[in-house]
Amino acid sequence: MQFFLEVLIGGLLSGVMYALVALGFVLIYKASGVFNFAQGAMVYLAALSVVGCMEKGAPLWLAILLAFVIMTLFGIATEKFVLRKLVNQPPIALFMATIGLAFFIEGLAPMLFGSEPRALDLGIVDEPIPAILDAWGIVISKFDLVAAGVAALLVTTLALFFQYTRIGRALRAVADDHQAALSIGIPLQHIWAIVWGIAGFVALVAGLMWGARNGVQFALTFTALKALPVLIIGGFTSVPGAIVGGLIIGASEKLAEIYLPPVMQSLFGGNFGGIEGWFPYVLALFFLLIRPEGLFGEKHIDRV
Amino acid sequence: MSKKIGDVILDLQNISLRFGGVKALTDISFDVREHEIRAIIGPNGAGKSSMLNVINGVYHPQEGVIIFRGRERKKMEPHHAATQGIARTFQNIALFKGMSVLDNIMTGRITRMKASFVEHALWLGRARREELEHRKKVEEVIDFLEIQHIRRTPVGRLPYGLQKRVELGRALAAEPSMLLLDEPMAGMNVEEKQDMCRFILDVNDQFGTTIVLIEHDMGVVMDISDRVVVLDYGKKIGDGLPDDVKNNPDVITAYLGVSH
Amino acid sequence: MIYREAGQFKTSYAADQQLFPIRQDRIGVLIVLAVAFLAIPAVASEYWFSAILIPFLIFSLAALGLNILTGYAGQLSLGSAAFMAVGAYAAYNFQLRIEGIPILVSFACAGLTAAGVGILFGLPSLWIKGFYLAVATLAAQFFIVWCLTKFPWFSNHSSSGVISAQKIVIFGHEFASPREKYLLVLTLVAVMALAAKNMVRSSTGRAWMAVRDMDVAAEVIGIRLMPTKLLAFAVSSFYCGVAGALYAFCYLGSVEPDGFSLDMSFRILFMIIIGGAGSILGSFLGAAFILLLPIFLDIALPRMAGLLGLPFSNATVSHIQILLFGTLIMFFLIVEPHGLARLWQIGKEKLRLWPFPH
Ligand SMILES: Nc1ncnc2c1ncn2[C@@H]1O[C@H](COP(=O)(O)OP(=O)(O)OP(=O)(O)O)[C@@H](O)[C@H]1O
Ligand SMILES: [Mg+2]
Repeated sequence: MQFFLEVLIGGLLSGVMYALVALGFVLIYKASGVFNFAQGAMVYLAALSVVGCMEKGAPLWLAILLAFVIMTLFGIATEKFVLRKLVNQPPIALFMATIGLAFFIEGLAPMLFGSEPRALDLGIVDEPIPAILDAWGIVISKFDLVAAGVAALLVTTLALFFQYTRIGRALRAVADDHQAALSIGIPLQHIWAIVWGIAGFVALVAGLMWGARNGVQFALTFTALKALPVLIIGGFTSVPGAIVGGLIIGASEKLAEIYLPPVMQSLFGGNFGGIEGWFPYVLALFFLLIRPEGLFGEKHIDRV
Repeated sequence: MSKKIGDVILDLQNISLRFGGVKALTDISFDVREHEIRAIIGPNGAGKSSMLNVINGVYHPQEGVIIFRGRERKKMEPHHAATQGIARTFQNIALFKGMSVLDNIMTGRITRMKASFVEHALWLGRARREELEHRKKVEEVIDFLEIQHIRRTPVGRLPYGLQKRVELGRALAAEPSMLLLDEPMAGMNVEEKQDMCRFILDVNDQFGTTIVLIEHDMGVVMDISDRVVVLDYGKKIGDGLPDDVKNNPDVITAYLGVSH
Repeated sequence: MIYREAGQFKTSYAADQQLFPIRQDRIGVLIVLAVAFLAIPAVASEYWFSAILIPFLIFSLAALGLNILTGYAGQLSLGSAAFMAVGAYAAYNFQLRIEGIPILVSFACAGLTAAGVGILFGLPSLWIKGFYLAVATLAAQFFIVWCLTKFPWFSNHSSSGVISAQKIVIFGHEFASPREKYLLVLTLVAVMALAAKNMVRSSTGRAWMAVRDMDVAAEVIGIRLMPTKLLAFAVSSFYCGVAGALYAFCYLGSVEPDGFSLDMSFRILFMIIIGGAGSILGSFLGAAFILLLPIFLDIALPRMAGLLGLPFSNATVSHIQILLFGTLIMFFLIVEPHGLARLWQIGKEKLRLWPFPH
């Protein structure tokens, strides 16, 4: 039971990290209807910019600041030079363009900052929290807890931003109705540029967390891909959905990884590790059969 | 108009349709007789398009009964409507943008083509024969609508008025017994409207096709329709001959926008 | 004036519906076939067969498969490589487990197996579309590769799932040399490309394109979405499956599941974006482009760097390659969404008017 709890909590906490990536997707999708496949690559670029700047001698805070500038500029440039040129194309073309964007980043980032895997030290140690270990005998990583805290902070900040600032309200208006947004008096293209900037920022936070936890390396982009099933489960337009979806994916994949292989082994013989690699996608598939619009998405009927 | 109008072929009874909290249609009943031109009019958002969507199975009403050719149906999918001889055009042109005019109209014949994909892949006798037979039929439609010169053009490159005409062609290619037209003349200039009117009357006249028509242009409606239904805010507020409807006080209020 | 249709009047719909209605196109295709079947086997070197021509043909076939699904039927898939893997492993197992089964029958069965798996993973397309579906196909990509690695039965208990393709014997003749394998692949690809062309120019293809362009309207004119979409998945996976079998049997000889990676799926997708979605010719052009570009970069980049005196590593070549792929994808989607095939067509139109400017 203790072990089960440990796996569950560990899974939930790593789910928070998926949610961080998924958040970036949701923001862009809500505001511009673009499904940004490159969000994972942006996380990689963000993490690489931080370690890259640190290698050139910048202290951590400056590296983060520089990475923030890079990510924002990059987001704005993407909007200006790629997506704006595709406004009237079908969504599927936009989606494929973001796949191209992902490749572009995956080629460019290592050319700028080097491709060898590196550690990113944020000064938070990845060790069990003694108090919890003593009281309940459960290992919970301090780092994971901090990451969860950061995620919570980020979500709250974003929520406040959307609620109380003029730009934030404009962003929400765009999400609901592009015409209405125009009447607020902020050009749609500025709004999109801002959203891409924010998505770059979210990618930076996710990149810091993931980079510190697993090292900054190309495999990050694969981890970030798991944000996609998170979105399917949570619904593409819902911030709470991204978080709940992230938790579900995180917890279930860890539990599956621990508890499924022995069962399969007794049935078929052989070694069945690596279930984590596909489990989130297959789970998402089942969700699609039951609730295609996602947990928090709205059902809608095409108008004709 | 001296044509023979037949029995009721479509009977809608107490139809109600909701989208979440929005009541698109409330308790609507009316019927359509064979060979007639039945118009549905009403202000924007009245539920006219929703009505057509209910008739050919795109939307499923929460309540009500639909009887088509004497058979009641509860839930019907659009492709069933097609096989039963109901064809339609859309308010916002719904052509297949990546295909040529010819191919678009050919799709209208699809329910009548029986060859399987294997026969198509191997280009066997039946597949080839069918393509030719149906091509002939489609060419008749093309001649009828006078669009021979744009046969090969991708529909996306055509001007709006011609696209509307091609869409009518696609519906006609199915040789429907009932044709649903959602604002076929919207956005057209006078000349194009006249052409379209002529096509609609010719279809009705030559092939005996029953037509249900949504149109905002009152002149057109009064000219060509046999009977008119008036909707407002999802409710039926008038039904009858064009002249009766024109003088119905409720209809006049709805159209002049007097407060509800 | 070399390429013109003036004077070629169609006197019947049959003539108008030929495979290649314009005479110059017919001649062109015949020349290409003659070169492929006669001239190339006579002159090409072993390296050309096994490093360029055979993979080109195989990937053209896979791209053709994806093009049927994505380009014609509008259902995006990111799992093409996994369906190739199914084909490769199925062909291997049919050869292994059924005594005396002819190799071509194995290939066909491999295609059918892939088609079955394709239908299974295509089921979500009945509820969802666009990128939702793309995510669903990622499940196929990861799950299939994992299964082939972990269940020892598929690879006959070889370590880490590696299989070695059996010999190819047809009517007692062994296809061993690269030239023979090339001819075998070429024949199969030519036949399957013809079949694909026939499908897309008939009502099967029109139903696919109708669903792609506007699914509600397609349903309203009587196209049933479910069978139409699933057929696209089946046919597409069949093509990918056969391509996978050929990949194992005629190209690499031995393969492992991890070889059929997500990256490979993306490359096949890039082939159809750059070559031209919704075009048979485009599948071939795209495959050639995506396969040749890295070879070209491998040769050209170090030389250019040498000329400029820049330091250079192999890693940089691969990064530049990835970067260039990404850039080209965005470029084509923005500038010419119909890809190289469309450029080719525009070129032909120019030729039709040549030497007059208009
Ligand atoms: N698919 C849908 N989802 C949600 N609401 C819908 C849908 N289709 C129609 N409605 C709503 O139903 C009501 C009736 O719409 P409908 O399109 O039938 O009106 P209409 O009479 O055709 O108007 P118009 O003249 O503008 O075409 C409107 O309030 C509309 O917003
Ligand atoms: Mg309407």
